[in-house]
Amino acid sequence: MLDQTEGYTTADGRQIGGVVMELRNITLRFGGVEAIKNISFDIRKGEIRAIIGPNGAGKSSMLNVISGFYNPQEGDVIYKGYKRPPMRPYKVARMGIARTFQNIALFEGMSVLDNIMTGRINHMKSGFLSQALWWGAAAREEAEHREKVEKVIDFLEIQHIRKTPVARLPYGLKKRVELARALAAEPQILLLDEPMAGMNVEEKEDMSRFVLDVNDEFGTTIVLIEHDMGVVMDLSDRVVVMDYGKKIGDGTPDEVRNNQAVIDAYLGVAHD
Amino acid sequence: MPLEILQAIEAAINGLSTGIMYALVALGFVLIFKASGIFNFAQGVMALFAALTLVGLQSGQVPFAHIINAIFGTSVHHFGWNVPTILAIPLTILVMVAFAWAVERVVLKHLVNQEPIILFMATIGLAFFLEGLGDIMWGAEVKRLDVGIPQGGNLWFEENTAWLGGGNPDFFGFYIDTLSLVALLIASVLVTGLVIFSQYSKQGRALRAVADDHQAALSVGISLRFIWVLTWSIAGIVALVAGIIWGSKSGVQFSLSLIALKALPVLILGGFTSIPGAIVGGLIIGVGEKLFDFYMQPIIGGATENWFAYMLALVFLLFRPQGLFGEKIIERV
Amino acid sequence: MLYREAGDFKTSYNTDNQTFPIKFDRYAYWLLLAVAFLVVPFFVNDYWAKSILVPFLIYVIAALGLNILIGYCGQLSLGTGAFMAVGAYATFKLTMAFPGLNVFVVFLMAGFITAAVGVLFGLPSLKIKGFYLAVATLAAQFFLIWLFTRQGWFFNYSPTGMITMPERQVLGITVTGPTTHAATIYLTCLIFVVGMAWLARNLTRGSVGRKWMAIRDMDIAAEIIGVNPLIAKLTAFAVSSFFVGVAGALLFGVQLGAAEAGEAFGINKSFLVLFMVIIGGLGSILGSFLGAAFLVVLPVFLKVLLVDSLGWSSDLARHLEIMIIGALIIIVLIAEPHGMAALWRSIKDKLRLWPFPH
Repeated sequence: MLDQTEGYTTADGRQIGGVVMELRNITLRFGGVEAIKNISFDIRKGEIRAIIGPNGAGKSSMLNVISGFYNPQEGDVIYKGYKRPPMRPYKVARMGIARTFQNIALFEGMSVLDNIMTGRINHMKSGFLSQALWWGAAAREEAEHREKVEKVIDFLEIQHIRKTPVARLPYGLKKRVELARALAAEPQILLLDEPMAGMNVEEKEDMSRFVLDVNDEFGTTIVLIEHDMGVVMDLSDRVVVMDYGKKIGDGTPDEVRNNQAVIDAYLGVAHD
Repeated sequence: MPLEILQAIEAAINGLSTGIMYALVALGFVLIFKASGIFNFAQGVMALFAALTLVGLQSGQVPFAHIINAIFGTSVHHFGWNVPTILAIPLTILVMVAFAWAVERVVLKHLVNQEPIILFMATIGLAFFLEGLGDIMWGAEVKRLDVGIPQGGNLWFEENTAWLGGGNPDFFGFYIDTLSLVALLIASVLVTGLVIFSQYSKQGRALRAVADDHQAALSVGISLRFIWVLTWSIAGIVALVAGIIWGSKSGVQFSLSLIALKALPVLILGGFTSIPGAIVGGLIIGVGEKLFDFYMQPIIGGATENWFAYMLALVFLLFRPQGLFGEKIIERV
Repeated sequence: MLYREAGDFKTSYNTDNQTFPIKFDRYAYWLLLAVAFLVVPFFVNDYWAKSILVPFLIYVIAALGLNILIGYCGQLSLGTGAFMAVGAYATFKLTMAFPGLNVFVVFLMAGFITAAVGVLFGLPSLKIKGFYLAVATLAAQFFLIWLFTRQGWFFNYSPTGMITMPERQVLGITVTGPTTHAATIYLTCLIFVVGMAWLARNLTRGSVGRKWMAIRDMDIAAEIIGVNPLIAKLTAFAVSSFFVGVAGALLFGVQLGAAEAGEAFGINKSFLVLFMVIIGGLGSILGSFLGAAFLVVLPVFLKVLLVDSLGWSSDLARHLEIMIIGALIIIVLIAEPHGMAALWRSIKDKLRLWPFPH
């Protein structure tokens, strides 16, 4: 077994590093209901980690714990070697964690471009006064960040809709814009909550390609929740399986596919 | 008992009377909010409009008299007949139902999927529209409203509380207007009726279904439009009751519509979705205002009722936003 | 044909981002400014200034302020009247205590004081939203008006309870007080409007504005991607209150000359500015201008039409005005929730293609 800091190279030449985040004995309760029961797993730098499981297993809650929206009653989140204290979500975002949402959470009153520009918030430094007077610094910074955003727009091939109000876009494009917004933040860890939900085969292929490209080009660590088993098995390096708030499987896609507990709870008859 | 305590209690009783008035207006809010999630800012103006219509019908006023006269140079104001109260009230109810139907068709139907803040602003527009309409239809002067509710200081109450003074020559027993007692009675009957309706009748259940989830309610065959017309009609009738009681006490005038604003703190205290909460909230605000004024006037001056209710509501919002009886709101991502 | 952007390509992000990307618009804007500053002052008379132009300019500032709070940041406020009062009373106290202080500086300082008060009453927005927040702002509205009418210190214990603006000069010209020329009043307000509109435009086009809009559209998501909701909401309250305070200062200082909080800054004022913002267009700088213009002109128009020409009573005109405004609010919210500004934009869109239909 690899230790915490050792990295390795995958079969197709990607570089996976040491552990960047560790979830240790996480328990999350809502009133009397235990959504997550004593779960531990780790995430390595540069890998694509999937969280799968039947509906209601607590996957989105797990993502919310990672992004700081929920604070677990027990257990720790250890990020880059340090225990992360309970903090407001915006502070977690500043530490380099970005995410997309299961039900699209775009800013419907703004255009695509503006939405993606909000992703740059944590990188924009100009103060209130310089913005108010639109001093040289503010205008310059706006142009700089616009350039970075345009790169993301090129990468995700959404140039043609950059000025369109987000509310007018079809579902598939909205998902892509949400991904763009998360990417614009240049995150260390990217959380994707069911990025392929509601898509047809073609759209799923496009989205999978984008996810792989992000990981390949920028080395971004990706944690994703997904129901499509084909996607999960093809994309991810390692998988965590949850059921009723508990962890019932953890390992490479092959290991998990052949795990009896996982088959009983979720996969059904094992594929050949 | 020492005189000061007696005076405080009298202020409190005074407050109870005002509180019932607030509660009656708040009741209309709760109904509409429960059924549609809309905060109907126009509720207070509906009470004013209902009262104006009642008085107008009773005294045989020609509706839109002023504007007709202005356009045609005529000078008509009254038809010359008086409609007896027993007929005028049902007629007014019909007008309020027609109003409810019109509101649903013209306003609500088109704003179904909008956010609550847009709907709230639409009801502000509705309030202003209705106020202007009421003024043009029936005239804006202060009017006396009399439907035969006994009024004036209640002697029985006064005589029977005199003993609390312990022989103090300055204390004659508590003054309470019989109207307030009647109002309390009417309010209790109304609340009980509405709770029974909401919990046990088929339409009441449909109302609660609509309040929970429009789509789901539609899918089981409930007509959203009918429920809304029904709700606004009932709210209109409640507004009429509030208008009658308030109008009997202080005359029918514009200030009636300002009570809509006071209803907001009442709802925050009682909870936006609780029918009994509206009463409790109203009473607490009514009593609270008077007591606060009683004790604080020597220190900071009078007229504190202008803002006390809102400050109290603010405190509640910060520490217990669902009020005393409302449902807790949890937000999920 | 005239209104053309074909061939007008932007070569830098900054030019892509500018306020008036179409040449025609830009020229029209500069022309308008030139006329406003150089031509109008010579033709303005007391009546036009006092009943239309000056109130319009003052309410533009107030509408800009409220639009920032409601339209851009999504925080509902019904306390605009009281915040205007803060601006007015702060002006009064400051200029009475420091008569030598330049009155323009006094107006700005009054704005800053209002900003501070706004932040204080905006604190509840961190825990409450929507129309619950509206109730909190009502607390501000009623409490502050009570303060200004009942606590003598605010009106220097004057027996009438009113505050009066003394005569003040700037650069030797009288700008406040009963002897001020209409043109001076007009120019004073125009200067403030141009300056503050420029401020508003800058704030709303950058990351400050985006943070506000993110909070407005989905505050939970906004926080998750890194917006600090405390700072965003409180800056919205601060900036908005600054604008509203300056508007109140000007309303008292140059337009009314004397005021009493209950009459001049009551809850009806809050509704008036709210309606300007809704009818003009939420979240739009142009909308603030259009809404203010509409609601300043409407009563004058109705009076001239109904009372002066047709001989109706002014009461009737007033009732009709209320009905029309109420109906308009509903119509705007149903048909074009983004108000007159959106209507304007669709007209311009058609013009861009004219004479082609699409």
